[in-house]
Amino acid sequence: MTHAASNGLIDLTWFDLVLAFALVLVAIALSSWQRLGLFRGFLIGAARAVVQLVAVGYVLAFLFATRRWYLVVVALLVMLLVATKTAMDRQRSSRGSLFGITGLAMLVGTGLTLAYVDGVVLRLHPWYDPQYVIPLFGMIVGNAMNGAALAAERLTSEMELRRGEVEAYLALGASPARAAAEPVRRSLIAALIPAVNGLMVVGLVALPGMMTGQILAGSSPNLAVRYQIMVAFMLAGAVAVTSTAMVLWYRRRFFNSAEQLATRIEV
Amino acid sequence: MPSAPIPAFRLRGVEQQRAGRRTLCGVDLDLPRREVIALVGPSGAGKTSLLRLLNRLDDPTSGSVTFEEAPIDGVPIRELRRRVGFVFQTPVMFAGTVLDNLATARALSANGDMHAPPEAEVLRLAGLDESFLNREAERLSGGERQRVSLARTLMTSPQVLLLDEPTSALDPEVAEQLMATVRELAGNASVTIVMVTHRLAEARQASTHTVLLEAGKVIEAGPTATLFASPRHARTREYLLGREKLP
Repeated sequence: MTHAASNGLIDLTWFDLVLAFALVLVAIALSSWQRLGLFRGFLIGAARAVVQLVAVGYVLAFLFATRRWYLVVVALLVMLLVATKTAMDRQRSSRGSLFGITGLAMLVGTGLTLAYVDGVVLRLHPWYDPQYVIPLFGMIVGNAMNGAALAAERLTSEMELRRGEVEAYLALGASPARAAAEPVRRSLIAALIPAVNGLMVVGLVALPGMMTGQILAGSSPNLAVRYQIMVAFMLAGAVAVTSTAMVLWYRRRFFNSAEQLATRIEV
Repeated sequence: MPSAPIPAFRLRGVEQQRAGRRTLCGVDLDLPRREVIALVGPSGAGKTSLLRLLNRLDDPTSGSVTFEEAPIDGVPIRELRRRVGFVFQTPVMFAGTVLDNLATARALSANGDMHAPPEAEVLRLAGLDESFLNREAERLSGGERQRVSLARTLMTSPQVLLLDEPTSALDPEVAEQLMATVRELAGNASVTIVMVTHRLAEARQASTHTVLLEAGKVIEAGPTATLFASPRHARTREYLLGREKLP
């Protein structure tokens, strides 16, 4: 079988993927040998990866072919919704109204970041060019989701841990914002440290996916690097805005209208 | 006919429910001004629950509370909390030095730094000398922390001090010293003091007025000397006797 080249990229056929699957078989063999009980996990995981990615491939092909702004926006909203749900699932106490806060914080953080990158940095024409907007938003949403989940989780535990301190502030006549300042600060640090670390090690520990993809696709490494720098900056901004919005809105849940600590956190 | 003196707080028909449990059941009570009032009673009697209503760390489920003749929920909440200070059973120190702790309270007082008393003076009122100002608050002993907590509360120049078992975590000698400070405060600073205590000796020595609570109800309230010498209520007699026997 010959490998036809398109855009300078070696074509990858389904038969080639069967060959690649041999590597999963190695993983299965090793896990069986060590009795890890991961046989089913690997098989189902591999099957899901194929089905999900093929489906996404069709969706992307459809979006790229139709190039309609409203279809792109719908795709972005679906990504946002799935990410919000995932961030929620990671909370110990998750119910209705926290979903709204998480969704809104993610919308603000990811929306502002994408708008800036789209309109100011890349100056896309048209603004909804799916080839850029969809993959960039995917990265933004993934990172914002981690930030929001970390921030909310940490705020819940800090408010429990520092209940006495928060109440001591309230008892002195402090506003709820002042009383919860330390828990808020600690939650934001927890949410932002991965973003800082990400900036620190990018390119050293691993070559980022986007850069690798661009290089494979035949871009010059220099251009790929510049894109990756933009991505790194973009993700730092997205995580910071999302986590801050998340924590400041979520903080209000811990107090009632009389500026008392809610006995039980109504989330 | 002389009109009755205005009480600092007046509670009428106060009920409270927390986590499905009735903590206060129809409390009617006047807490006189410029007195040292001890709230005594067995654990679970509702002493702390009642105290927390007085600077609105909590609200009653029903009934009314007035502060200086005005409905308490009509007083702006932050102003109320600065006028009615609360010292917790377990003192929580804010980050930094003792001075930082006091400065935080100063920053929260109504007019910023204008009217708040000097930190060193407040610290002396609470029974600590100036050398403590630059000490790390977190490193202080239990008794010292409780005094810093008291000083921090005094920074907002409160009219009323609420003390929630301030001596329960202290050894008897330190507890006695703290109560001496409280008595001095009541004498010099003309503040109303409401304190929860499970030590009857403390109530007897430090307070001018005692309220006995049991199962969320007021059993008896009156001048401390009278209540201890000739209790009207049989439950009060039993409680005083039972308690006196304890070591």
